[in-house]
Amino acid sequence: MVRLRLEPRSAPSQPWLLGAPLLALLITILIAVLLFLALGISPVQALGVFFVDPVSTAQGWSELLVRATPLILIALGLSICYRSSVWSIGAEGQYIVGAICAGGVAMHASEQSSRLFVLIVLLAGTLGGMAWASLVAFLRDRYHASEILVSLMLVYVAELLLGYLLYGPWKDPAGYNFPQTITFLDPALLPRMLSGYRIHYGVFAALVLVVLSYLFIFRTLAGFRLQVVGLAPAAARYAGFFVRRSLWTAMLISGALAGLAGALELAGPLAQLTPQVPAGYGYAAIIVAFVGRLHPFGVVASALLMSLFYIGGELAQARLGLPKSFSSVFQGLLLFTLMACDILTNYQIRLVRAAPRLVRSTITPEVAKSGELVQ
Amino acid sequence: MEMTPRLSLAGISKRYGPVTASHDVSLTIMPGEIHGVLGENGAGKSTLMKIVYGAVRPDAGTIQWNGRPVQLSSPREARALGVSMVFQHFSLFESLTVAENVLLGLPANLTLKGVTERLSRLAAEYGLELDPGRPLHSLSVGERQRVEIARALMTEPKLLILDEPTSVLTPQAVEKLFVTLRRLASEGCSLLYISHKLDEVRSLCQRCTVLRAGRVTGECDPREHDNAGLARLMVGAEPQLLERTPSQVKLTDRPALEVRGLCLTSDDPYGTRLVDVTLSVRPGEIVGIAGVSGNGQQELVAALSGEDARADGRFVFLHGKDVTQAPPHVRRARGLRVVPEERLGRGAVPSLALAKNMLLTRNDSIGRFGLLNDKALLESTSSLIARSHVKTSGPGAAARSLSGGNLQKFIVGREVEASPKVLIASQPTWGVDVGAAAQIRANLLALRASGCAVLLISEELEELFALSDRLFVIAQGKLSPGLRIEDASVQQVGVWMSGAWPGAMPTTPTGVRVHG
Repeated sequence: MVRLRLEPRSAPSQPWLLGAPLLALLITILIAVLLFLALGISPVQALGVFFVDPVSTAQGWSELLVRATPLILIALGLSICYRSSVWSIGAEGQYIVGAICAGGVAMHASEQSSRLFVLIVLLAGTLGGMAWASLVAFLRDRYHASEILVSLMLVYVAELLLGYLLYGPWKDPAGYNFPQTITFLDPALLPRMLSGYRIHYGVFAALVLVVLSYLFIFRTLAGFRLQVVGLAPAAARYAGFFVRRSLWTAMLISGALAGLAGALELAGPLAQLTPQVPAGYGYAAIIVAFVGRLHPFGVVASALLMSLFYIGGELAQARLGLPKSFSSVFQGLLLFTLMACDILTNYQIRLVRAAPRLVRSTITPEVAKSGELVQ
Repeated sequence: MEMTPRLSLAGISKRYGPVTASHDVSLTIMPGEIHGVLGENGAGKSTLMKIVYGAVRPDAGTIQWNGRPVQLSSPREARALGVSMVFQHFSLFESLTVAENVLLGLPANLTLKGVTERLSRLAAEYGLELDPGRPLHSLSVGERQRVEIARALMTEPKLLILDEPTSVLTPQAVEKLFVTLRRLASEGCSLLYISHKLDEVRSLCQRCTVLRAGRVTGECDPREHDNAGLARLMVGAEPQLLERTPSQVKLTDRPALEVRGLCLTSDDPYGTRLVDVTLSVRPGEIVGIAGVSGNGQQELVAALSGEDARADGRFVFLHGKDVTQAPPHVRRARGLRVVPEERLGRGAVPSLALAKNMLLTRNDSIGRFGLLNDKALLESTSSLIARSHVKTSGPGAAARSLSGGNLQKFIVGREVEASPKVLIASQPTWGVDVGAAAQIRANLLALRASGCAVLLISEELEELFALSDRLFVIAQGKLSPGLRIEDASVQQVGVWMSGAWPGAMPTTPTGVRVHG
């Protein structure tokens, strides 16, 4: 008889670190095929809409990168958090507050403002995200409040804050009472790279920050400290690396990146604050970070994939009549299957030919008793 | 009549990937026999014992229990036969209490209350003082071992396997344990006693099997051999001898490390409170601190290293400067280095490569802006591995892939090569094989010769007597008067380890019973 057995590996398997996300993607697609069949949709057509159509036009690529930019930025910050065991899940809130602060500054631009005005807008967003994240760090540091709950609940506060501003003081007087701000003037906006396409220079900012994050995590002492605090708290104390410091560092970095993502979104495709600012990038980035192995380069790949799901979901809504939330189903499936596939990273499956086992009676009381007889 | 062996192993082999843990090992143990298993760390003792205990299945070979072939595929089956084991690496749950941990290994029909009562009775009977209600995470290494021993005895075993059980006991307590073990043997229980301590095996065991690199290198009656002969079988070579030159230190020399009247309440509710600890270590001397684990050693090391800098006042001085509130890296910058008791998790990050683990306490590979110089880091790690004779695949190997002895050689090398002015070494050779222990001890003596002040905290009296110039004893957070090593005797220090030194307040220290 042959059995399967899981045996722990002495070290995580390097091939499976890369292989597990790919296998997870494959399984996700297989499950999706079953779902399509159940819904009576041709899987070939549906998969085409999700995975081929979005990248078959230049417009599609532009949209892919526009969507991927905030995902990359937020996931970079979350990767640093999770590597130092700071479990922030509220990047969405920092993203919203970043957008609000950027918007607050952008409203004051005039036609005469310098083209560099947009830099102040981005800075405001970054600082806003940091400020929102610092609330989490402070409550955790000072009162030992769970950063998981606090960061999540601050998302709702941020959403309400946005709602208050849009329905109240910041409402566009000429906006037919719609809850939205004025459309910002050009000096407050990022220049378009190509006319007719939404792609903006934020994508370069994201790529530069990918490289900087990589250097920070793997090439600096400060990044090393953060990881030691996450991996072995006692070793961190022994070495003199402080949990408090890594908490603040990780939260402020991830807040800054989420805030910057919000500001870029505002100064790029949105150009005004609306109730549609919270698009769920802050949550999707959690999946992006884990699927990307908390590694900056992995984050880029997984953000592109996640972005594909977003666009595919929208196309599927238009062309196949699928609900838009189908892309959320994809995202959730991917995370779950990844968690399952990760077993292969830390364990190996072995085929065990069960030895001809003696019947269980060998260990029944008679045998135990036979020991007493010998005594 | 020829008796049937309680257990006989024949041709047992086990491989882990490319590593041969056991090769063609045979071993026979009679009822009531105390059988020693000698060997260095990595010789395959633990694997062999796990096979007997059913935790590991051999690739080849047969096991006979009372003359019948058996196939042990789980510890549960082994326990049903009457095999019980005290592991060297504890298999206890941090979040549970002592009694709950004991209950877990026992048949399901027992209640926690019943187990607690039996445990208290048994612990008292065998001199293993334990509080069944304490959570495990608050226990020191020594106390945890007591839990393991008590847990094994609860099952009334036919064959008891003990893996290095005495490393955390006072000499008197070792004697008492031996009395217990001999009594168990006389009741018909067979004992497999794993150790690298030759004296113990020679005084306790009637037969012994010596292992080296997974193979049996000898089977003998240890009472008929001397230490050197057994050590040759074990190591394959003569052990390195320690040469200790007479101390050059004068009492008038200015201490490098000084502690004045340190009082500190532990932040762990089950920790030990340090009471009025005063000691000084001068350059060029080794000061030893003896004591049973759990009597304030962890707290003292934390207060000296800076991991616990809560003390309010001026208590700890490095070269005359107050560092009581200074964090670890500041003290390190002033020449204080620490070899912690806990290797994996404190002295090294288990999942990180050795090269990365250098960065915990060494900053010689860090360039401008805190950027790491990977090339320099790999080079310095490689040369440390070579100089310290660390057996590993290279600087990229994860810390947890190393055996205990090899990891300790790496950690000691990392700290010693930073040319410390003061070195605190906590249990530096605990659970380390003979070869590695000799190397580590030689390291400490070399530091002493170069003028470093060394504070050695150890539970092995043999080691303390071999290395120290002066000796203190710690019991219940209090420090005994200092003794010059020439004036100290094992007997006296053993009594002091129970807290009974001249002028001491009559208290019972943690986990120690006063014997005779």
